[in-house]
Amino acid sequence: MKAMTAKVMTGAKMVVQALKDQGVEVVFGYPGGAVLPIYDAIFQQNDIRHILVRHEQGAVHMAEGYARSTGKVGVALVTSGPGATNAVTGLTDALLDSIPIIVLSGQVPTFMIGTDGFQEADTVGITRPCTKMNWLVKETDKLSDTIHQAFHVAKSGRPGPVLVDIPKDVQFATGPYTAPEKARVSHYQPRVKGDIEAITRMVEMLETAERPLFYTGGGVINSGKGASQLLREFVEATGFPITSTLMGLGAYPASGKAWLGMLGMHGLYEANLAMHGCDLMINVGARFDDRITGRVADFSPKSKKVHIDIDPSSINKVIRVDLPILGDVGHVLEDALKIWKARGRKVNKEGLAKWWAQINEWRAVNCLSYTPSASTIKPQYALQRLEALTKGMDRYITTEVGQHQMWAAQFLGFEEPNRWMTSGGLGTMGYGIPASIGVQVAHPDALVINVAGEASWLMNMQEMGTAMQFRAPVKQFILNNERLGMVRQWQELLHGERYSHSWSESLPDFVKLAEAFGCKGLKVSDPKDLDDAIMEMIRYEGPVIFDCLVEKHENCFPMIPSGKPHNEMLLSADADAFKSGAVLV
Amino acid sequence: MKGQQMSALKIKKGSTSHSAYDLRDHHSEVEESHTLAVIVENEPGVLARVIGLFSGRGYNIDSLTVAEVDHTGHRSRITIVTRGTPAVIDQIEAQLSRMVPVHAVHDLTAEGPSVQRELALFKVVGKGDQRIEALRLCEIFRAKVVDTSLESFVFELTGTPDKIDAFADLMRPLGLAEIARTGVAALSRGL
Repeated sequence: MKAMTAKVMTGAKMVVQALKDQGVEVVFGYPGGAVLPIYDAIFQQNDIRHILVRHEQGAVHMAEGYARSTGKVGVALVTSGPGATNAVTGLTDALLDSIPIIVLSGQVPTFMIGTDGFQEADTVGITRPCTKMNWLVKETDKLSDTIHQAFHVAKSGRPGPVLVDIPKDVQFATGPYTAPEKARVSHYQPRVKGDIEAITRMVEMLETAERPLFYTGGGVINSGKGASQLLREFVEATGFPITSTLMGLGAYPASGKAWLGMLGMHGLYEANLAMHGCDLMINVGARFDDRITGRVADFSPKSKKVHIDIDPSSINKVIRVDLPILGDVGHVLEDALKIWKARGRKVNKEGLAKWWAQINEWRAVNCLSYTPSASTIKPQYALQRLEALTKGMDRYITTEVGQHQMWAAQFLGFEEPNRWMTSGGLGTMGYGIPASIGVQVAHPDALVINVAGEASWLMNMQEMGTAMQFRAPVKQFILNNERLGMVRQWQELLHGERYSHSWSESLPDFVKLAEAFGCKGLKVSDPKDLDDAIMEMIRYEGPVIFDCLVEKHENCFPMIPSGKPHNEMLLSADADAFKSGAVLV
Repeated sequence: MKGQQMSALKIKKGSTSHSAYDLRDHHSEVEESHTLAVIVENEPGVLARVIGLFSGRGYNIDSLTVAEVDHTGHRSRITIVTRGTPAVIDQIEAQLSRMVPVHAVHDLTAEGPSVQRELALFKVVGKGDQRIEALRLCEIFRAKVVDTSLESFVFELTGTPDKIDAFADLMRPLGLAEIARTGVAALSRGL
């Protein structure tokens, strides 16, 4: 009987209807034979905006940028075969960084599946390990329900990418549309509330800890703005120091008193030594990544470790913890704060004062200092100026991957969550441009800057065409050292200064390139001209490619060579420190 | 209720959360064999997803069986015999339990006594005394003769994997030509 009341429509129309009912406003995509019916349906409506990308990888990173900056699910639409395989890097990126996105892919008609048809690929097979879940929909009747399930899975629990593969005949055929409220109730309902006894135990631990530390990650951002708010309240009320992973920047404001800066391989001295020396580590939504832990055997040897995570497989995967709390960060922090207040807001004041005195000594090392130059732009200086000149603006930052990414994390301050989009887990060069466009589409009036290296930037530079077509005034701030800077740094420090293929020859003239795309190009090489150029970039109403020629051989410090513990951090190049048989990844 | 099953930490209700970890030595580097029962949604690709997890993360599969066990509820049961240190076994369970089409994961080895059975078919080719000896051992093991020709038998044997291994060892000098094994099916004992 239900089917009689349900609206009957084509599969292609169902896709558009389901997206609309799920609150989707924009789709990033690229048409092709196997998705033409869906494109036809998109053509005949005005509710959903379609952004035509230049490469499917761009579409997926745009969806990621959109999702990360809004907290909503990002959507990409690609065709079968090469369209789907081009989406694989973006899907893997979103899986490692827990970004909720949906990729809809076209597929050859059901009766052709398995015949090596034109543009046929086993898309669900290829994307199975790089999605949280994927589906091949073989019946139009099940299409709308599957799309609703896909949204549920993408955003529930630990968020992640999902893919729905839709054969062309399923798009053409008609069937009853299932509205979201009529969709099957999924059995997939990850638990969000933490165990109260465990939370109480954590509160007991933090009441007496002498050297406590919050170590926070992307989970706080994923949990929503409320979680960041609770974290801030908790940190302010307890007076505990806090550090964060690359993925978690902005959850606690960089201007906050308790902020130690980012930790990890290129993290701040005070943050890493605090991790090494703390007696209570409260991991809030982070996953003990190898870029954070260094050598596991020597990781924070004196601490009791609490781990709040929504994913059971994150707990005890790398570091065995003393107190696991399975649940959503926001829910757990709320309960913890309530319990801590009810028990009289106790902290070990004496211990904490000593701990802060120690931390302030570490801070005094001033680990981010570098040798300034009057003639060459130091990359750190460029970012300091960018920070100074854009501070307080409605600003979003994306990055590519490499030295510039680490410097951006060190030198730019994030006051709010969802303002920092970077490829953390997968380290995808080419992420930044499309991500910046996705962010700009979500926030048309904001200042969106992609801090880039010239090598990464070239990997997806075709997306400048997308930025132009859709008037996304993204600012491409390229720190151009004509090198693959991070590769070069490792080769200098670890491979006997043999610079195997780590320089960029035949680089384009970025100003002319900008003109070719129809946007503005700026080139700066003198530190004296930097401020004016940055201001010109900000004031220009359209997209800008900013070619900032920087010192070619600058290294990024501090650095914990991989396989070394936190207390063996390097503050400057010291070749000896790299030689003692560490296992390097 | 279903949400509770998402937890692979085996935290009992009413216990302090860390207590489950004290039950056995998780720092042990000794590999153990564990039999896992994984209840999954019976949908295309679910087996590939589970197997992909094992190969992708470098876990062992010693035996794997799968079949639909609840037609109306669309449930299949995958029984996996795997090997690993306690930490690896915990990780396998956690990784399985967070998969979207997985309803529940039971570690039958850790949860108490269980019954484990495997079915195997043995083709034994021989003449004369060898043939008589094979038939005699078949009786001792309570195997069944399910096919015979003048120079061959096919025996059917049900039992624990150990029993099947033992029978195979005995048949080898007696002309064992081929074995087909189903892999382990297992259920917990009692209620």
